[in-house]
Amino acid sequence: MPIVRNWSMNVFAVLVVLALAAPLVVYPVFLMNVLCFALFACAFNLLIGYVGLLSFGHAMFFGFAAYVSGYAVKGWGWDPLLGILVGTVVAAAMGLVAGAIAIRRQGIYFAMVTLALSQMVFFFCLQAKFTGGEDGIQAIPRRPLLGLIDIRNDFVLYYFVLLIFCAGFLIIYRTIHSPFGQVLKAIRENEARAISLGYAVDQFKLIAFVLSAALAGLAGATKAIVFQLASLTDVTWQMSGEVVLMTLVGGMGTVFGPIVGAAIIVSMQNYLSGFGEWVLVIQGVIFVTMVLLFRRGIVGEMIALANRRWTAKRRQDELTIREVRPAE
Amino acid sequence: MFELIGVPPQALFGQLLLGLINGAFYALLSLGLAVIFGLMNVINFTHGAQYMMGAFCAWMLLTFAGIPYWGALVLAPIIIGISGIVIERLFISRLYHLDHLYGLLLTFGLALIFEGLFRRQFGSSGLPYTNPIPGGTNLGFMFLPWYRAWVVAFSLTVCFATWFMIEKTQLGSYLRAATERPDLVQAFGINVPRMITLTYGFGVGLAALAGVLAAPIYSVNPVMGSNLIVVVFAVVVIGGMGSILGSILTGFGLGVVEGLTKVFYPEASNTVIFIIMAIVLMLRPQGLFGKPK
Repeated sequence: MPIVRNWSMNVFAVLVVLALAAPLVVYPVFLMNVLCFALFACAFNLLIGYVGLLSFGHAMFFGFAAYVSGYAVKGWGWDPLLGILVGTVVAAAMGLVAGAIAIRRQGIYFAMVTLALSQMVFFFCLQAKFTGGEDGIQAIPRRPLLGLIDIRNDFVLYYFVLLIFCAGFLIIYRTIHSPFGQVLKAIRENEARAISLGYAVDQFKLIAFVLSAALAGLAGATKAIVFQLASLTDVTWQMSGEVVLMTLVGGMGTVFGPIVGAAIIVSMQNYLSGFGEWVLVIQGVIFVTMVLLFRRGIVGEMIALANRRWTAKRRQDELTIREVRPAE
Repeated sequence: MFELIGVPPQALFGQLLLGLINGAFYALLSLGLAVIFGLMNVINFTHGAQYMMGAFCAWMLLTFAGIPYWGALVLAPIIIGISGIVIERLFISRLYHLDHLYGLLLTFGLALIFEGLFRRQFGSSGLPYTNPIPGGTNLGFMFLPWYRAWVVAFSLTVCFATWFMIEKTQLGSYLRAATERPDLVQAFGINVPRMITLTYGFGVGLAALAGVLAAPIYSVNPVMGSNLIVVVFAVVVIGGMGSILGSILTGFGLGVVEGLTKVFYPEASNTVIFIIMAIVLMLRPQGLFGKPK
């Protein structure tokens, strides 16, 4: 689909321009929240959308990387950039272990195994000393980046987060459109055939899992710096469910779907934060509605609509040509 | 007071009993999950919420209708089971032709709705439910509350009855046949869609039954199911969903292991089942009782 590819790079350019201007109109902390969750959802989408693996435990990478980077910056006094880096690396290492265990089962079992593993990480975070238990790690200082750039200013920090997001997004985009990504899609479509063609399917799955875990960790570590907080909320299985919801709403297996989904769900939570338990109910209703009626998600439905229009138009053109030709 | 491996026997047997009780809940819930999965290929994420609703149903029957525990033990599973049948007909049945993951996502959404509604209505703190059989007996090495003995005995009976029904009766043979080849069974004139619906109702009823049993032990609260269901998933992965007897054994066994961990190394009691799951996956990916594919 070369057309879609060029097209999506153009969309990305437009989005970046919009994002650069956005803090002039929208509160930057809210935007940073959206960007962190968008990156988280994009990382999750790499697995569900392009390898067909539903991980129900991605919060373990997101939340644990937040703890690690928070502790590195607050406890050891590291540079935020190093803190984010170490959070990402730890998440990747966790991804290696969790992935090696989880890819031994397929389909629905994979979801249950990842869920159980993340619950294990949750209990570890609840009991471990360095995470601060129920309190979490609070008041993580916003030290100057590389000792130079003052990120106490929300606007400066916003552009830093935007840079991280773009880097993460481009890594995912490159992965999807590389030969490696083609093999991943082949595994998604027909695993047995990919094996028969001689691909070491488990290795491909594991690499994709580690990459996804690392990027989820990058998102979590960044979020800890932005909100100066790493807490248990980010490690719960409800958080794993939320990222599934974001991706489902935006469109699984679409490049921009997770971004749209994250923006919608984060805005909704912001808007409904006063309604307490209703948020849970509404999230549930959205889940049910999306699964029953709009399985392709918002972006997926839009692409399908555009494709239908396009093929209809092309068919129309072909008909006209055929009608014209005999007369020539 | 003598000591056993450095632990007072009161604590040891007390935790063992608690482990057996948790094991009974694991067994009942994973049994329901396995029966539903076998026929529908859907992992019922709502299972935890339905367990919670079973407990609430018992509480409401007592509070609003004055129906005591023994009535609730029969009525609550039927009521929640029927609600399950409605859910299957309205929602889940529309997804059979799709990837099984959608069933998981749908039931997850339903679980969020139920949990949210109950939390909205009853708050997150628990409601008390009076113990229907107070008192107990001193066995010399430990104190055995009657109600706990009843829970273990009764859930063992229910588990065995379910096993008997599925493995030894004609209805069970239809069920097992439909698990293997639904199209062939349908061709023999058996109404498979109706069987699927009733099976879902039955699995949900089992969850509700576990909820009623749990009500007098743990307080009745809206989050009681969501915490349990993740552990039950791990139990299901460890046992493998291939065999009914396997689910029962794994459920009780892991409950006991968890209880023992509480005695000897309490820090790990929350995580021990997940660690066992990881080890089992490394050594025997299909689960202890699962069939290799």
